[in-house]
Amino acid sequence: MTEPSTGVEDLQRLQQDAVGYFLRAANPDNGLIADSSREGSPCSIAATGLGLAAWVVGAERGFLSRGDAALRTLTALRFFRDSSQGEEPDATGHRGFYYHFLDMKTGRRVWQCELSMIDTAILIAGVLTCGTYFSAAEDDEREIRALARFLYERIDWPWAAANGPVVRMGWKPKAGFLSYGWEGYSEAMLLYILGLGSPTHPLPAASYGAWTGSYQWENLYDIDFLFAAPLFIHQLSHVWIDLRGIQDEFMREKRSDYFENSRRATAVQQQYAIRNPLWFKGYGENCWGITAGLGPGFAKQRCEGGIERQFYGYVARGVPFGPDDGTLAPWAAVASLPFAPEIVLAAIQHFRDAHPEVLSADGLLTSFNPTFDTGAGNHRGWLSPEHHGLDQGPVALMIENHSSGLLWRLMRECPAIVTGLRRAGFRKGWLRASNG
Amino acid sequence: MSEPGRGELLPNDPCDAELLANVRPADWTNPQPAQSYNLVVLGAGTAGLVTAAAAAALGARVALVEKNLMGGDCLNVGCVPSKALLRSARFYADLRHAARFTGSAPVPLEVDFAAVMERMRRLRAHISHHDSAQRFRDLGIDVFLGEAAFADRRTVNVSGVKLKFQKAVIATGARAARPLIEGLAEAGYLTNETVFNLTERPRRLLVIGGGPLGCELAQAFARLGCEVIIASQEPYFLPGEERDAAEILADALRRDGIDVRLNTEVTSVTSRGGQKLARLVNDNQEATVAVDEILAGVGRAPNVEGLNLEAAGVEYDGEHGVRVNDYLQTSNRRIYAAGDVALERKFTHMADATARIVIQNALFWGHKKLSSLTIPWCTYTDPEIAHVGVYVKEAREGGFPIKTFTVPMSDVDRAVLDGEEDGFVKIHVHEGTDTILGATIVARHAGEMINEVSLAMVAGIGLKTISQVIHSYPTQAEAIRKAADAYNRTRLTPFLRALSRRWLAWSR
Repeated sequence: MTEPSTGVEDLQRLQQDAVGYFLRAANPDNGLIADSSREGSPCSIAATGLGLAAWVVGAERGFLSRGDAALRTLTALRFFRDSSQGEEPDATGHRGFYYHFLDMKTGRRVWQCELSMIDTAILIAGVLTCGTYFSAAEDDEREIRALARFLYERIDWPWAAANGPVVRMGWKPKAGFLSYGWEGYSEAMLLYILGLGSPTHPLPAASYGAWTGSYQWENLYDIDFLFAAPLFIHQLSHVWIDLRGIQDEFMREKRSDYFENSRRATAVQQQYAIRNPLWFKGYGENCWGITAGLGPGFAKQRCEGGIERQFYGYVARGVPFGPDDGTLAPWAAVASLPFAPEIVLAAIQHFRDAHPEVLSADGLLTSFNPTFDTGAGNHRGWLSPEHHGLDQGPVALMIENHSSGLLWRLMRECPAIVTGLRRAGFRKGWLRASNG
Repeated sequence: MSEPGRGELLPNDPCDAELLANVRPADWTNPQPAQSYNLVVLGAGTAGLVTAAAAAALGARVALVEKNLMGGDCLNVGCVPSKALLRSARFYADLRHAARFTGSAPVPLEVDFAAVMERMRRLRAHISHHDSAQRFRDLGIDVFLGEAAFADRRTVNVSGVKLKFQKAVIATGARAARPLIEGLAEAGYLTNETVFNLTERPRRLLVIGGGPLGCELAQAFARLGCEVIIASQEPYFLPGEERDAAEILADALRRDGIDVRLNTEVTSVTSRGGQKLARLVNDNQEATVAVDEILAGVGRAPNVEGLNLEAAGVEYDGEHGVRVNDYLQTSNRRIYAAGDVALERKFTHMADATARIVIQNALFWGHKKLSSLTIPWCTYTDPEIAHVGVYVKEAREGGFPIKTFTVPMSDVDRAVLDGEEDGFVKIHVHEGTDTILGATIVARHAGEMINEVSLAMVAGIGLKTISQVIHSYPTQAEAIRKAADAYNRTRLTPFLRALSRRWLAWSR
């Protein structure tokens, strides 16, 4: 194996391209950010949360001025303050939560989508990032801090548990709560920590125990880790929360921590790709990244070896038990950079050398599938026609965490995160010294 | 078609005629009752047959009463016919994937549905000899065909005669629960009690329920050429099973061409122009599907009606059945219950296991407990999904630190060579030990493989010992030893590894 030649400049380029997505996808009038680059895409509140954090990174890196970043942030935060909250079917939110998708212009609910607890958490994480970063005495930065606090404290987290032990995944105006809740290790750690940290409407401490009660500690490919199949699950909470060296009860029992766990989960991805049990094209030591995201679409094709393959559109792909249709998400590999830089840098180099088409000027492609035959007569397979905020955000932010730890540092100063972690039972490490 | 009835077999069918001759002989004459019986068994399904045969073999005077068909659900409308159907369906599925094994294009193929069903009936009739009324009479048992009802705490009435007992066993089983869906009964639907009477393939089939029955038959009918929609109110199939297993199953059903509708409720059914229109609601969105038949698999209801259990002082309710303690004793200490009528887990092998407990506890002052049983179960989809012991969540709720050793079937040579890589072996141990607490296996032959883990659990064998057991190569069950080997490797701590390296360096 040759040493990866991916360097600091390459990472900065990737990061700048990723931040560029948010610059292109934002509506300057209300601060909302489009879910994807597809024409007519609605706003995703999660993409907006990632975008808010991207303004902070962009300002630090000089991709935009601090004043511009503050203005963009203020526009978005004022919108969320002023937008409609209530039970009407086209409101922007309810009880401090927001609908998953909003109209880019009006900011009202679209697609009959659900009021989303996890996407609200991602939005609020971005809001709190800005509320911590913009700490100057100027009026606009002062207003950002006040709005961030207002929006966070307005959220009625216990309501989202619907009198049950765990937070529900969503709510709809007529149907009420979706029947299933956040159980099993997932990106919902961010949601629970923010919910537990609320000074106004905190989740009961027992909710965290109810959530971790469905964890699965597995030994797979001789690697012990807290199991979750899609790679992004092992990344999303780490965008904001510095989980290095701090432990909750579960990790104390396992003598590990969530950061180390994500390092192992990244290694599992690599091991799976080396084994390539379903014989997909391209998979290998430096070519992996199997996660939730867009695919070629729901179709069947008879491939080499007489294998009839089922392909999918947008699904939560994962390892080792799928679904896996040969679709790879290079961004997901990049977002593991802080955990396992040695294998991620080699993967980035491989994507650049063997699949240059996935590195466009508009950022890393959402996904590609070398196995899928598009009928175009080339061997590149399927390439995602669009970019997604949910992909570009982790690229921009995790490169920053790898390089400077900026977001982790900021959020270690955020009382919501510190209180939430403590109420979830986290101890040791930086929490010991934190006054947050 | 109206609501399905029970025990209706095909008229004028030679196989069903043979079956009936065994399990419900038309010319049967009930024997003269004895003055008193050691044991009266109500119900001649698996639990009743096992109880009666074992008791008689031990010298007990036994009466066995059946109001319908000897052999119960398992033989007549359950495991036996369904597995015959599943085998044919699996064959057609393999043919469709011929190119994977032969390199040539799949053979164009017409499913002979009537022949598949005829094969099922023939095999069922063949197997029914074992459960026949004649065979049980030959075992020295007084077999009564007729409806039983308790007259008092020590007497059962059957067709006008009284059977006095020292002990009795209620083993009347369960039946398909009736779904509460507007218009369904009027439109007509199938259950496991009627679906095996089909002789013509429905072109379009809606399966209601994502439990074992719904999943198995949805896949079988899809493989036999039906356009199948399966609707389940739950977010995953097989509620209670491990989520990975349920997701692999959903994926497999989709690959078989089934239209999978999870989180979906069937709210009403109407009949129009010879077809059934079912209204489905998912996520507050309504859709109507048109099908030719509807199969309901929404659970089982215990057969407690008509037994006059009140007269015997036996407590029960319509949902959970006869109430029993851990010794399978009812509120009348002379009366026990076994099998589906009293158990949450309604499996044939549970009926068998509880019958064995009842024999010891009712006739020999035994103290065998239901809670001490190690019970595996399996859903016979393709791949099969088998489980034994605890689930991870149960263990964590109980405060057990639990660790899972996972081996994907794609890491097992024989599974790769067989083209059967879907699935896994997951063995759960008490962390820090090799004590097996449970296991889930998803594999084409998971039902066979789980037995090794069950044996280990009952015998108190841990993963350390399993890793020392030589498994034939290449077999799919080798996955179990691979899990044990993975456990063994975790015993090699960094300290031991360093020690080993130093020793070997010194030995050079």
